[in-house]
Amino acid sequence: MGARWWICGVSSGRNLRSLAARLHPAVVLGLGKLLSTASSTPQVCVVGSGPAGFYTAQHLLKHHKQVQVDIYEKLPVPFGLVRFGVAPDHPEVKNVINSFTQTAHSDRCAFYGNITVGKDVTVEELQQAYHAVVLSYGAEDNRMLGISGEHLPGVYSARAFVGWYNGLPENQNLEPDLSSETAVILGQGNVALDVARILLTPPDLLRKTDITAHSLEAIAHSKVKRVWLVGRRGPLQVAFTIKELREMINLPGTKPLLRPGDFEGLRDVIKDVPRPRKRLTELMIKSALEKPYEREAARWVSATREWGLKFLRSPTEILPGVNGKQAVGIRLAVNRLEGSGESAVAVPTGEFENVECGLILSSIGYKSLPIAPSLPFDAKQGIIPNSMGRVHNVPGLYCSGWVKRGPTGVIITTMNDSFDTAQSVLDDLSSGVLDTSICKPGFPSLKEMLQHRGVHSVSFSDWEKINAAETAKGSEVGKPREKILDLQLMLQLARQ
Amino acid sequence: MAVSTAGVVRLLSACRTLTTCGPSLPAALRPGRGWRACWALGVGPSCHVPSRSVSSDDKVTVHFINRDGDRLTAEGKVGESLLDVVVNKNLDIDGFGACEGTLACSTCHLIFEDHVFEQLDPATDEEMDMLDLAYGLTETSRLGCQICLTKKMADMTVRVPEAVADARQTYDMGKNA
Repeated sequence: MGARWWICGVSSGRNLRSLAARLHPAVVLGLGKLLSTASSTPQVCVVGSGPAGFYTAQHLLKHHKQVQVDIYEKLPVPFGLVRFGVAPDHPEVKNVINSFTQTAHSDRCAFYGNITVGKDVTVEELQQAYHAVVLSYGAEDNRMLGISGEHLPGVYSARAFVGWYNGLPENQNLEPDLSSETAVILGQGNVALDVARILLTPPDLLRKTDITAHSLEAIAHSKVKRVWLVGRRGPLQVAFTIKELREMINLPGTKPLLRPGDFEGLRDVIKDVPRPRKRLTELMIKSALEKPYEREAARWVSATREWGLKFLRSPTEILPGVNGKQAVGIRLAVNRLEGSGESAVAVPTGEFENVECGLILSSIGYKSLPIAPSLPFDAKQGIIPNSMGRVHNVPGLYCSGWVKRGPTGVIITTMNDSFDTAQSVLDDLSSGVLDTSICKPGFPSLKEMLQHRGVHSVSFSDWEKINAAETAKGSEVGKPREKILDLQLMLQLARQ
Repeated sequence: MAVSTAGVVRLLSACRTLTTCGPSLPAALRPGRGWRACWALGVGPSCHVPSRSVSSDDKVTVHFINRDGDRLTAEGKVGESLLDVVVNKNLDIDGFGACEGTLACSTCHLIFEDHVFEQLDPATDEEMDMLDLAYGLTETSRLGCQICLTKKMADMTVRVPEAVADARQTYDMGKNA
């Protein structure tokens, strides 16, 4: 392809120009020389529009007065896991969208949706067009159980289930089988609790959320009455946080099934553990061992649904029904713990337990994937090797969010680590490690090529048309929004 | 797709339309500030702002020590939350109040002076739950969205905790969140 010339802005250009207007022509000539050596507008590209991408952009724009930040997104809609991960009954967490929207409205920020980096455009091409490229594409896969029967109908990844009730286009046709009374969730993190809560929440409460209509219908007809959350280690190693546990304990129409034996003697053990673990464990102990308050006791008596924590169990096999075509149970190996605290290891005792269940959801963690074979990737940890967000051995390439540190943490974790990465970019801009005397043209240089490849990007104002359609549809039925699941319909709305 | 660097540099010197790419951003639209216009009042704290017209007696001056050590001073009305003060006065604290005062994050974490802390109403379980996830938690930590200004707080100084990479890696419970 022939070389093209791009007109580049000069950081200090505007001030110099206005100064030049008031100066003697000879001085202006001198300024012109200065202009030619001044640095160009730093062009930064962020891959992924979830919290990591937006917080990275936010920090860059706030602390650098010239930088242009372009956010690329695979889907036509922004916000990643804020839209597709955060549970529909947690609308307050989604308030971060307001600040992300403000960022996107900045004159120096652009959103390019419907572009898959690694397929529609390569990272190398982005690096040619931008001074810095920040990979914030998250963790798009999930860890597998690696046991027989994992692919039987009735077994789903929690990730796909979450995508299904949150309107992720690729999961819209999941149609999970909710016809059995018992569900087993493998994992004891916040995603596991989210899934349990969505399965057990009275449908009338979900009706007021932005849960997708078809999932709500399926959940309203669900036969699931009992949910077990299974962990390979003990109560001191659960990964969920206390807010989510408290919600579960207070969930209308349900009662907790906590085996007193699992919690006896723990009070002494937690005396010296850090406060979050201590309070979390105390809440479990209180619910398992203490007599409930009157109101709580009354709720438990009238409860029609229940949930419980099963500790020291590792799945070994999904048990198929007589036709071999459907999961009807799960075989769990009984473990004991070696060591203590966060580093305790589960060791099989040789005993087993079978649990009858027709719905099995594996929630043992998300997993990042490499975006290009040529880029460094630590497959074991599922992250891009980096120091403070600087990708090892690839100058100008950075990462933030889950792909940088692994799929853990709440929103503040991602916020802080994205600010750190953005700061690394800013430091490299000011130190000259990122050479802005070389003009990089940014998106304009890629536009034609993308069109040639049949890729049509969706801008932030295009997204706002989709957003308006979704909120209008939701308000008809008293929901904050009804998410559009069909990519073609999204694109059609964007083009209107 | 190759962009001719030499060509671009040449063009740069002759460039007349300097704002063709990378226009500058009006101060009012700077991210992290303007969004606060979206702030929805009344979603979080149980603070009560007197409805009668506010006299100077109902105002309290508070000081914030920002992450970089900068001192920010602002005046708030009795009954407003500290998050309200930060939002209304556009105080420049990165990432403050992400969930907009709905007790769903810990980004408005503030550290109080002992004598002020002792006089605060006790934290609810829900506030404590969020504080558990805060970085740099101290014995006198609270969430700014839950603390309502009183006259007794006049001239108090609260500190924005520094987000330290090491501290946040030592304890990470929010697995899979």
